[in-house]
Amino acid sequence: MSFLQRPGAGQLPMVQAEAVHKSFGAVEVLKGIDLTVQPGEVFCVIGPSGSGKSTFLRCINHLEKIDAGRLRVDGELVGYRESGGLLYELKDREVAERRRDIGMVFQRFNLFPHMTALANVTEAPVQVRREPRARARQRAEALLERVGLADKRDVFPAQLSGGQQQRVAIARALAMEPKLMLFDEPTSALDPELVGEVLDVMRGLADEGMTMIVVTHEMGFAREVGDALVFMDGGVVVEAGHPREVLADPRHERTRAFLSKVL
Amino acid sequence: MADGDRLNEAAGSVGRPAPLPIRAVPVRHWGRWVAAVLVLLALGGIAWAFAVGQIDWPTVGRYLFASVMLQGVGNTVLVSVGSMLLGLILGVAFAVMRLSRNPVTSGVAWLYIWFFRGTPVLVQLLIWYNLALVFRTFTIPGVYSAPMSQVMTPFLATLLGLGINEGAYMAEIVRAGISSVDHGQTEASQALGMTGGKTMRRIVLPQAMRVIVPPTGNEFINLLKTSSLASVITYGELMRSAQNVYTRTLQTVELLFVASIWYLAITTVFSSGQYYVERHFSQGSAVEQGPTPLQRIASLVLSVRHARLPGGAR
Ligand SMILES: Nc1ncnc2c1ncn2[C@@H]1O[C@H](COP(=O)(O)OP(=O)(O)OP(=O)(O)O)[C@@H](O)[C@H]1O
Ligand SMILES: [Mg+2]
Repeated sequence: MSFLQRPGAGQLPMVQAEAVHKSFGAVEVLKGIDLTVQPGEVFCVIGPSGSGKSTFLRCINHLEKIDAGRLRVDGELVGYRESGGLLYELKDREVAERRRDIGMVFQRFNLFPHMTALANVTEAPVQVRREPRARARQRAEALLERVGLADKRDVFPAQLSGGQQQRVAIARALAMEPKLMLFDEPTSALDPELVGEVLDVMRGLADEGMTMIVVTHEMGFAREVGDALVFMDGGVVVEAGHPREVLADPRHERTRAFLSKVL
Repeated sequence: MADGDRLNEAAGSVGRPAPLPIRAVPVRHWGRWVAAVLVLLALGGIAWAFAVGQIDWPTVGRYLFASVMLQGVGNTVLVSVGSMLLGLILGVAFAVMRLSRNPVTSGVAWLYIWFFRGTPVLVQLLIWYNLALVFRTFTIPGVYSAPMSQVMTPFLATLLGLGINEGAYMAEIVRAGISSVDHGQTEASQALGMTGGKTMRRIVLPQAMRVIVPPTGNEFINLLKTSSLASVITYGELMRSAQNVYTRTLQTVELLFVASIWYLAITTVFSSGQYYVERHFSQGSAVEQGPTPLQRIASLVLSVRHARLPGGAR
């Protein structure tokens, strides 16, 4: 049931960051991030706490506004329109429109607690894409089945385990048929025995060719599934490469120090 | 149940001695009984004093369902519900404005709340009622025009006076409700491509309702009784009806009793309605919801009937 096409070569990069800067007040959190994510790639981001991983991820769907540099998703600037050498800020509605194509999965799930699992999944298709309710429902049921939760569709989030909640959250993001998925430490809030079920779903997604940016502390997942990996520290990309190489043989002292602590 | 018992037996049969059952004398709450008797005595004494005092009880009974009073009850309920609805709409609107990042919008909301919470409702009612002093005619250009004194009926003045005042209080309650919703909810909704307005309507407000409803019930009950101030601007609500009667018959206390009985009755009805509204908005909360009191009564009746039917008992 692969409805996600593996894209061919020679396309635009899915995400392209050039010297992305971001400050909160006087604190500079991102100090010039350069990276490129190709379509179909599983792109892993690792790094110590406070290094700016979440902030960068949130910049990609404009939950945070960048201060300098250029950030493009599928060739289009995030949050701005470029015309005649000038940048024009997008309206709330236009920003929302662009976010439809980017799914996001949060560390703390953020399911809508007042809706059943099924309603969580159908909410955006019906409200944002104006999809007919019956069709949205059908697709939602298929998605819940796919993350192994067909029997939980009428249950409220509070009655689900963390792993189940996170899988519903993934189904919710997939319901918008995004071309890019952002995962912000999707398993960090889970008990160890629940991590596997979420990683399995993500692995399946990767196999189908979904472009994914994954902030994670699961080095095993990065090594097996990842196509590219960056190590961030202090708001910069310290080291980038293929996960197996970086994890096995880090070049930089800081990467080595970090890996020795987490492995 | 039966399975559980069997499991326990199985566990017990592994060779451990059966656990000692607890047979204890429950704590006796002598103090409670003494307190209850004292309270009952005091209440009885007060009731007796009122019963034999200079109050003509048959008059209370006679006017309780008199048509003047019933009309007053109707008008009180009508204007209270209307004002509350107006207050709710204004409250939500101004709460959202107050939280807006636009300084003009939030400034306007601040001003509204500041003014209408800061001046007495009685004064506000009088100003609405006498609006003709300021605006002689009410005009919608090209559509409608009439003297203000005709447009501003006692009912409309009461509705606007109470509703707009209520809106200022509701705005603060709604604002607290909105702020109580985890910011992650807004982010998740925005990440799905929902606009700000849709996020507010579909995600934030429904969750804020759990915080908003209980104080709103309070507000409504307050409003029911504050509506008695409208008697001053000749609106025919419950208090005005009582006044109309007792200025004629001079049975002041009796008629005030009649009015109070009705206020109590209306309050009781709406408080029990609040229970169901709260239930509705706590859907999905971690606490399992039991049956409602009505469902409990229904199931009790059913179980009694089942028990009577042969084979119906379980
Ligand atoms: N909204 C905000 N306002 C002010 N400072 C912020 C904000 N969000 C993040 N920061 C700061 O930015 C820095 C980077 O935060 P970020 O969440 O991106 O780190 P992270 O790499 O994701 O860390 P973790 O592994 O703990 O999630 C931190 O020092 C944090 O305190
Ligand atoms: Mg983070």
